[in-house]
Amino acid sequence: MARLILHNVCKQFSEQRVINNLNLSIEPGSFVALLGPSGCGKSTILRMLAGFEPVSSGEIRHGERCLSSEQQHVPTEARNFGMVFQSYALWPHMTVAENVGYPLKIKKIKGVEKEQRIKDALSVVELEDYANRLPSQLSGGQRQRVALARSLVTEPDVVLFDEPLANLDRHLRATMEATFRAFHKRTKATIVYVTHDQSEAMSLADHIAVLHKGQLVQWATPEELYNTPKNTWLANFIGRGSVLKVAAIEPLQYVKTDTLHQIVQMVNASAATSSILIRPHDIQFVEENVDALSVQVRTCIFRGERYDVELILNDGQALLAYSEYPMIEGSKHYVRLIQAWALEEDV
Amino acid sequence: MLIRSLDSQLRWLSLLLFLLIALISLLPSLRLLTEAVTSVSFTASSPLSDVLSSERTWRALKNSFYTSSLGTLIAVLLGSGFAFIVSLTNIRRRPLWVFCFMLPMMIPPQVTALSWLQLFGPASPLLNTFGIAPALGSANPMYSAEGIALLLGIQSAPLVFLALRTQLMNLPQDMVEAARMASASQFRIWIDIIVPLSRSALVAGAALAFVSSLGNFGIPAMLGIPINYLVLPTLIYQQMAGFGEDILSEVAGLSMIIALLVLAGMLLQQWLQQRSQYALIGHTTQPIFFDLKKARMPTEFALGMVLSFILVIPLIGLIISSFVPALGMPLNSNTFTLNAYVEMVSNQGSTARAFVNSGMLAFFTAMVLMLVCLPLGYLLMRLPMRVRSVVASLIEVPYAIPGIVLAIAFILLFAKPLPIINVSLYGTLGIIFLAYLSCFLSVCLKPVMTAMSLLDASLEEAAQLAGANSIQRLMHIILPLTAPAFFAGGLLVFLISINELTVSALLWSAGNETLGVLIFNLDESGDSVLASAISVLVVLLVASLMALLSLLAPRLPKGIIPWHD
Repeated sequence: MARLILHNVCKQFSEQRVINNLNLSIEPGSFVALLGPSGCGKSTILRMLAGFEPVSSGEIRHGERCLSSEQQHVPTEARNFGMVFQSYALWPHMTVAENVGYPLKIKKIKGVEKEQRIKDALSVVELEDYANRLPSQLSGGQRQRVALARSLVTEPDVVLFDEPLANLDRHLRATMEATFRAFHKRTKATIVYVTHDQSEAMSLADHIAVLHKGQLVQWATPEELYNTPKNTWLANFIGRGSVLKVAAIEPLQYVKTDTLHQIVQMVNASAATSSILIRPHDIQFVEENVDALSVQVRTCIFRGERYDVELILNDGQALLAYSEYPMIEGSKHYVRLIQAWALEEDV
Repeated sequence: MLIRSLDSQLRWLSLLLFLLIALISLLPSLRLLTEAVTSVSFTASSPLSDVLSSERTWRALKNSFYTSSLGTLIAVLLGSGFAFIVSLTNIRRRPLWVFCFMLPMMIPPQVTALSWLQLFGPASPLLNTFGIAPALGSANPMYSAEGIALLLGIQSAPLVFLALRTQLMNLPQDMVEAARMASASQFRIWIDIIVPLSRSALVAGAALAFVSSLGNFGIPAMLGIPINYLVLPTLIYQQMAGFGEDILSEVAGLSMIIALLVLAGMLLQQWLQQRSQYALIGHTTQPIFFDLKKARMPTEFALGMVLSFILVIPLIGLIISSFVPALGMPLNSNTFTLNAYVEMVSNQGSTARAFVNSGMLAFFTAMVLMLVCLPLGYLLMRLPMRVRSVVASLIEVPYAIPGIVLAIAFILLFAKPLPIINVSLYGTLGIIFLAYLSCFLSVCLKPVMTAMSLLDASLEEAAQLAGANSIQRLMHIILPLTAPAFFAGGLLVFLISINELTVSALLWSAGNETLGVLIFNLDESGDSVLASAISVLVVLLVASLMALLSLLAPRLPKGIIPWHD
């Protein structure tokens, strides 16, 4: 088991730079998600880790071993990594057992040991009874589980996941997430998981790297990412909430009620220099009093367990709040803001 | 970048392969070019100026243009008519119509010519059987410029049909539905939407038909040479047959003229196609579909009439001719004889030899090309897009230039013994074999490339992660998944080369005749009955090979087998 290190990694396709000076240190045995909107470069990073793409500059190391740099490039087949593809990439002319056993065949593992390891791998994903089926005879979820079994059969140190749930329906995703969690617990392999779905990343990973336009925006645990996002782009990207323009304030700190009301009310076009993030559950509806902010309801949408209410502040900025009761559109109310997180501006 | 991603075994293989391609695709054309260029000198008696000042050259050029243009017109009418009806309407038994209409393209031109010759004229066994043959001494109408053009048209109509059909099948149904919502009638939809959108395909098909007619040798040879009506390919043939290698540089000049004409035609086609190309947006899940309603039966009847005229009746004529003792006699219970078939299998040494020669040539050409195409296709897929298209068009060159020109190029290349080993290929089957390899490489490579490009890249990447090197990936993953395409490519090569005439007409020698040459020679020497019998066997062979390919169709990507959807 060794640490996976990306040091100043850059990637350029012809003139276009898709990855810019990326630094990451992935602990052995951790479950890491690369999260970002499409085109942010997350899949390119995964393909560089797998060895399909060489780095343009910088270095990828696995423990002491240099996998990829400007001078050298360890080819994919010599890396002993596993990978689960979005399209499953099962070979249609081989049975489930042959698919899973192919990496063993290449490593010249034969006989009883091969049979046993195929059986073990299939039991992890609960597909022992399907060994002799062809991939075309399986459902989408079963196919992805075969791909999972194939990626773990050689007990790789690192398993890469390339948007493995993108082709599955919502119900299956929840089941597969549980399978992935069990898989991680059992194999203790380092997992690098690419996704554009934040809830998937949040619920699976213990560390998330958020990427935007080839840059690492933040490297943090899911909780940190939700509570203390670094800048306005990330605050808009992760979770639900409102980013407000307010009077100048030091970034990356919590702002509590009194100061908060002050900077929200002080805002006008010339003084609006900072941004803050307010999560909906930090907004309380209160009776009219001097400390409260007056708001007007613009829309009220039923969401099942609660109502989403869009409020308009006096200066015209919008604020998302939750309510247990329906509210009449256009009606006036008063709110108290419990806390907000001060953000850095985007570069 | 490329070299980095290949391992060393593959690197050597790829170098070797690219060398091979350069040799068999570029060398012939380059040799022809040097011969033609070095013979350009500005004295009055240089071979090229002889060619250009000769009245025969200009007459042949004019004849070539006349027959090819008229032929193209016929091909466009036939091919587009069939394509619109078969692709866009609810006609029944669609695959059968397509198969029958594609058959003329696959039947060798000398057989087509022979069957039409047997159809008309005072000696026609078919007309004599029904007692309606014209008086003795009257001319066979097929021996004329228009006869040549008609057969050129029928032979190349499938090219127009194919080009148009592919386009029509890709027109999304929702475009027609949108027009219907705008309350356009079926006729208006056809005029306003379908015709403009398929114009580029029609132009491309017409250009292909013209180019292939220009290079056709079998038809003008069988129909034109007897009445001394020469087109460019037959002029070259006659010069070579009459004077041999002494006039090679003159013939090289003539070949360059055809090659340039063909090249100009292809460039014109590309230019026209680019000008009238629309990007199609929308789903192509359901192709456009018109309901013929009550007109369905009459339409099917009309199609059947046309097909029986261009395909069935000539073939019947051919079959009848093979069962009579001699031309000019009617077929009835007294005259019916299997003599020609008996003669074919027993006495005629040259017949058996031609079958063996053509069979071996076709078999080994197909085998070698299949073996070459596996690594070649794989390597080409890994090249950057731009390099790949350049290499692909280089491979296309020997197939695109007319067979007669390629044959001249091969004579120029191999007329002298090979250096160092001092072996002469000229006058052996070897030279024909090499010419076939060069000519049909693209025929075999195309289906393979199509199949490989449709393969999800992650299938190979998954094998790479499993630790497989390039050779292992090729054998374990790529080959099993694209095997049907390889087989189809090989069968197509076999099908085309077993009937080939144009290249072998100039390259054959005594003892090394091919089937195509045999039919041609038998007909020239007046033994049409035997020629018909052999042709009947050839048609049977072609039809059964095509049927075999059709059986393979469900396992192949769309578009590999021309007569299948």
